[in-house]
Amino acid sequence: MITRFLIQGMDKRGLVFLAVLVALAVLVPLANLLLPPGSILHVPTSAMSLWGKYLCYALLAISLDLVWGYCGILSLGHGAFFALGGYAMGMYLMRQIGSRGTYGNPILPDFMVFLNWSELPWYWYGFSSFPFAVLMVLAVPGLLAFVFGWFAFRSRVTGVYLSIITQALTYALLLAFFRNDMGFGGNNGLTDFKEIVGFNVQAQSTRAALFSMTCVMLIAGFLIARGIVSSKLGKVVIAIRDAESRTRFLGYRVDRFKLFVFTVSACMAGVAGALYVPQVGIINPSEFAPANSIETVIWVAVGGRGTLVGAALGAVVVNYAKTVFTSGFMAPYWLFALGALFVFVTIFMPKGILGTAQDWWARRKAPPEASPAAEPAPAE
Amino acid sequence: MRFVSCLLRMIALATLLALQPGAASAQGSPQAAEEAFTRLGADSFSDTNRAIEILIANAHPQAAVIIEALADGRLLAGGGAVVVKTKDGKLLDAKTGAALASEPPGLSAVRLNNGVRRTIQAALGGLGLLNPDAGKRIAAAEAVFKSRDASLLPVLEGAIAKESDARAKAALRQAQAAILIAKPDAPPFDRIAAVDVLRERGDQDALATLRSLPGDSSAGLREAQGRAVSAIESKLALWRAGQNLWYGLSLGSVLLLAAIGLAITFGVMGVINMAHGEMVMLGAYTTFIVQELIRTRFPGLFDYSLLIAVPLAFLVAGLVGIAIERGVIRFLYGRPLETLLATWGISLILQQAVRTAFGPTNREVGAPNFMSGAFEIGQLAITWNRLWIIVFAGLVFAALLAILKLTPIGLQMRAVTQNRRMASAMGIRTGRVDALTFGLGSGVAGLAGVALSQIDNVSPNLGQSYIIDSFMVVVFGGVGNLWGTLVGAMTLGIANKLLEPYAGAVLGKIALLVFIILFIQKRPRGLFAQKGRAVEA
Repeated sequence: MITRFLIQGMDKRGLVFLAVLVALAVLVPLANLLLPPGSILHVPTSAMSLWGKYLCYALLAISLDLVWGYCGILSLGHGAFFALGGYAMGMYLMRQIGSRGTYGNPILPDFMVFLNWSELPWYWYGFSSFPFAVLMVLAVPGLLAFVFGWFAFRSRVTGVYLSIITQALTYALLLAFFRNDMGFGGNNGLTDFKEIVGFNVQAQSTRAALFSMTCVMLIAGFLIARGIVSSKLGKVVIAIRDAESRTRFLGYRVDRFKLFVFTVSACMAGVAGALYVPQVGIINPSEFAPANSIETVIWVAVGGRGTLVGAALGAVVVNYAKTVFTSGFMAPYWLFALGALFVFVTIFMPKGILGTAQDWWARRKAPPEASPAAEPAPAE
Repeated sequence: MRFVSCLLRMIALATLLALQPGAASAQGSPQAAEEAFTRLGADSFSDTNRAIEILIANAHPQAAVIIEALADGRLLAGGGAVVVKTKDGKLLDAKTGAALASEPPGLSAVRLNNGVRRTIQAALGGLGLLNPDAGKRIAAAEAVFKSRDASLLPVLEGAIAKESDARAKAALRQAQAAILIAKPDAPPFDRIAAVDVLRERGDQDALATLRSLPGDSSAGLREAQGRAVSAIESKLALWRAGQNLWYGLSLGSVLLLAAIGLAITFGVMGVINMAHGEMVMLGAYTTFIVQELIRTRFPGLFDYSLLIAVPLAFLVAGLVGIAIERGVIRFLYGRPLETLLATWGISLILQQAVRTAFGPTNREVGAPNFMSGAFEIGQLAITWNRLWIIVFAGLVFAALLAILKLTPIGLQMRAVTQNRRMASAMGIRTGRVDALTFGLGSGVAGLAGVALSQIDNVSPNLGQSYIIDSFMVVVFGGVGNLWGTLVGAMTLGIANKLLEPYAGAVLGKIALLVFIILFIQKRPRGLFAQKGRAVEA
């Protein structure tokens, strides 16, 4: 059944995307570990980590595209799920430090010793075990999304109102995680990680493995999202996007479909955050900033909303541009460029890079009068 | 009973006075003054101390001059003469204040040690108590209240007896009471009376004084003190609640200013303007530029700088708003979420533009005279700038209400809000209404910027810190009418400040955010929701 789905549910674009990811997952670590640093094809570790970060963002973008592009829920708080997943992983990594911290306390992380805490808060229990941490990476964002969505979708909070309260959600979490009393390291967050499942986080081979792992999770995330949107359930979800009231009058429980998609998406964002943290080496409350979540939305918009592949593409393109911009003499102009991107894409490229390219391709191939009817534009 | 207590009190007072022979018996006698000058001439610390006490107790006409000179080391003595050297070097006879023609031989400065300095401090306080200016007497009484210097008790009593000004008398009595509380050997009856006086005063200082009552006091006194402390505490708690309410009103008015423009554009056009905070920032920077120009060109106009900035800020922000509407938002109608993204982009551009032009640091915006300073009502401290901002917010609100209800453009705005297509069919140029609405909303944000420049840092991030709060106000209040915004802003402002003392600033804010998220579930369109079918469209 799975193979049938893979063959039928996948268009050419998706297959190319998967092929590229598989190639990346295999070739980049090999090029990093096996080729000598002088070789042209050698990939430096720093570049690999950077691209690993982009791919985490790509997974986050896919998760957002799932709810925004296919279900019409514009979440301005997806960064919250990303950061929560990151914190869950960060807590595991903190516990792995053990007695190698500055204060040498075998149980308490450094910042707790610094704050004169005498024992580990209950919510830190269990994070010394990797399987538990992985469970939490999925469960915490998922549970938050479930509870939040259950309330919001049941009372039919939609459109701009929903966007605003998702923003309020991530803002509230931002404020909360900045507090030292919360036991998550206050504004310094969690950092100084030593090892992950027994391997040194800094080591080249670990970083290569993390990169491959990110590719694998991105493939998995893409397949899950693809699976959802091309299933029967996905048809209903798309119907909700295009005409919510009509779908409801047809007898579908709109809130339940939305809740399902929203929760799955939050879990996916959590996984992205969990992969992000060991690669960048730190997680702090600024990840909850509403601006981050809005930036994620623009990645999806740039790449092409409602295409999944486009979302991932947009995340990589925008972040690559950001790296190029902010590291050179053009650094002060990055915000101009980003701001202009928001305006330009929404006005001139509502379908994003992928959608625009596709239209152009279709126009070129087919004679004008026989051009296939354009897909109906997603309503809000 | 009253009579007996009164009698007892008088006896106690008489005993007290009798116990102070130097103060009571030497009152006004020339021999005593003579003794003081002899003692000053002797130049020993204990004699100097005593001399100061005598001068004060006698209310010697030259006492102030002499003691001040002593404190500055300008009091010279020698050969039986005591001479004050004025600050410009002239010599005066200490006894009479008459200028001396020649310097008497063998003068040297009267020496000081810490004991003498303390006596001088107390004496200066005592002198103030006898000052002819009632305001100075009150200030001196306050100083004694804080220092609780028991040596001033006789002076105080004398001053109370002579005092005719009611407020000064109360202040003197409170000072006396403060001393009596701290004085274990004072008659118990007086001390109980003192507790009552302090209870009447009823502020933080009175509370501290009462709490300082020595533990070994009599049971009756302690009971009176306990009652007074709890009475003052409950009264202070009320005042504190009042103060928090005031802070809440102040925050609410700021939120109202920041959010009301947003509510208008959201109500009429259904778009969330993420660049709204930047309009506030532009208003604040306009104020800054106006003040800079006035400082360099017309310094005399400084007090009017805000009045000049108000229309300019409205124009600047309003024009930028219209430009945004015509340049970007116009193309995105019917796509509110895309509008949200585009305006976010604009906000980034505006922020960076201001950062490039003015630098990332805070800019100094001064307060004109009528906005600086504070006054007190009871225990409430009210600063003028907050008061004016509340007034300003009220005026802006009233003006907007008037525009919406009384002018043709207001009528058109309301029509478009209620049913855009119908309004269009009736011949209203909805595009023009949109542009004007956006300009109006942005202009009001500019006005908010003028107000905020007085209480917040003028930096490129100014708008960002208010935008989320403004959204909360709009979402909570609903967009049906302006009253929703007013109620929303005031509710959130006051709730925030009332929660703060219990939960802390951050937790209080989180609690409010969670409350709003839950509230939206109950009323998805806010407190004052628009009604009718057009809403769902």
